[in-house]
Amino acid sequence: MDSGGERLTASEIHTELASLQTAKAAIDERISTLESLLKNITTEDESETASSTPAAAETPLTGQLTADMIYRYSRHLLLPSFGVEAQSNLLNSSVLVIGAGGLGSPALLYLAACGFGRVGIVDHDVVELNNLHRQIIHTEAYIGRSKVESAAATCRAINSTVRIVEHKEAFRTSNALDIMKKYDIVVDATDNAPSRYMISDCCVVLGKPLISGAALGLEGQLTVYNYNGGPCYRCLFPTPPPTTACQRCADSGVLGVVPGIIGCLQALEAIKVAGAVGEPLSGRMLLLDALSARIRIVKIRGRSLQCEACGENAPMTEEQFRNFDYEKFTQSPLSTSPLKLDLLPEDARITSKEYYEKNIKGEAHVLIDVRPAHHYKIISLPNSLNIPLSSLEQRLSEISEALGRKEESASLYVVCRRGNDSQRAVQYLRGAGFNLAKDIIGGLESWAHDVDPKFPTY
Amino acid sequence: MQLTLEFGGGLELLCESVKIHEVTVDLEAEETKLTMKQLLSWVRTNLIKERPEMFMKGDTVRPGVLVLVNDCDWELSGQLETMLEDKDVVVFISTLHGG
Ligand SMILES: [Zn+2]
Repeated sequence: MDSGGERLTASEIHTELASLQTAKAAIDERISTLESLLKNITTEDESETASSTPAAAETPLTGQLTADMIYRYSRHLLLPSFGVEAQSNLLNSSVLVIGAGGLGSPALLYLAACGFGRVGIVDHDVVELNNLHRQIIHTEAYIGRSKVESAAATCRAINSTVRIVEHKEAFRTSNALDIMKKYDIVVDATDNAPSRYMISDCCVVLGKPLISGAALGLEGQLTVYNYNGGPCYRCLFPTPPPTTACQRCADSGVLGVVPGIIGCLQALEAIKVAGAVGEPLSGRMLLLDALSARIRIVKIRGRSLQCEACGENAPMTEEQFRNFDYEKFTQSPLSTSPLKLDLLPEDARITSKEYYEKNIKGEAHVLIDVRPAHHYKIISLPNSLNIPLSSLEQRLSEISEALGRKEESASLYVVCRRGNDSQRAVQYLRGAGFNLAKDIIGGLESWAHDVDPKFPTY
Repeated sequence: MQLTLEFGGGLELLCESVKIHEVTVDLEAEETKLTMKQLLSWVRTNLIKERPEMFMKGDTVRPGVLVLVNDCDWELSGQLETMLEDKDVVVFISTLHGG
């Protein structure tokens, strides 16, 4: 076969290649036959063993852990304070995560990885690009698809031995009891006040421990409710806060890693409760201030005898829970869809398209952008003047001056992000003598939607 | 009396975005101690620069605000009647709902 100095013609090469390939095919076939023979021999050997110890492959070697489980969870089993017992507890437990967002993402990753027997995920939302900086269970490929499907796919990819249950629906009083009944532990990873009251009440009615986390901006909070005689959410907050105090990540912003930290801590507390190890964070609350790198753990009140959900006198029933109107109670919607105000008469408003046309025609006008300065820095319309709503009162003279530089009949338009603050501003301006002020309906979002699809939204 | 007052969960926005305030509260002539009720009214007058209704309702804090005296819920020490001592740390924190 020494071809060192040989000079072969193309046809000779073709002939030799063909014969080598035939030989290779014969060798591959022989390998495959032998492998299959060996497999049969092994199986026969195993079935011999199996007859002496029935169902050897299925029977856990120690307690209830199979060989695969022992290998997968070995680093848990090696922990003296956790060990086989706590791992077995986890494998026999189920956990329901409500919300597959900033908190739910990291929580679910760990809950699936650590070996809960069953993990349920509730969410009605779809994955959006502006979720991905913090909702780390989702990937770009899932944009526009259900968060539950996306999260479930990731969980299954991490640990195919866990039963992942998909609840692609909003958590409401009508379905809450039926869903939650099937789980041992509940993780509240939602983002609004009515959901927090509803989930806590449902946990009280069904007697489930609740791992509650929240994050906004650069701060996070964590506690365990309704556990071992400890307080519920209503014991701590019997009266809902004013709606103006309920900020949302979509408005106030959130540093992605902050819900990440709180979500991980929620997974930790769920593992402690399910595994029956350590001291769950009940009757205490963890407060995280990410910017100053400070974590404080404070003692909170115990269960309140007067509590409307878990109090001694009148514990909440399933019937009462089903009929309770959480949106009315908290004066805020369960869904996260943004508020749409309608404060102004029709003649005090124009659409973004109308504004575009007036601008093209060269109509003399002043455009005031009333968003906060750090929003204005992200993106703004050309030739707009930024006067945040909070300082409008003090800066009216700037508007008069801007109008003064234009011709006499110049119009005054007001824009904001979504068209709520602009209405508030116009209402105020009209009261302050700017009788022709008009707001741009739907704000910059409608500009991006109806006029300039390339205009950035956030 | 020297106290450390901390604001969090967004309440710091009501006092010019400053979270930690080292303050000296002067007591009335014959008094030696300060109650939380007195401190709240002092805070409202001296620290809260805007939207006081986001901090207080009536003579107490608004719903959704946790008050911690030396890392302990004020419900456990008598709420408005809690007696403060020199060098105490009082935290006002608004509950968060985001996620
Ligand atoms: Zn309660």
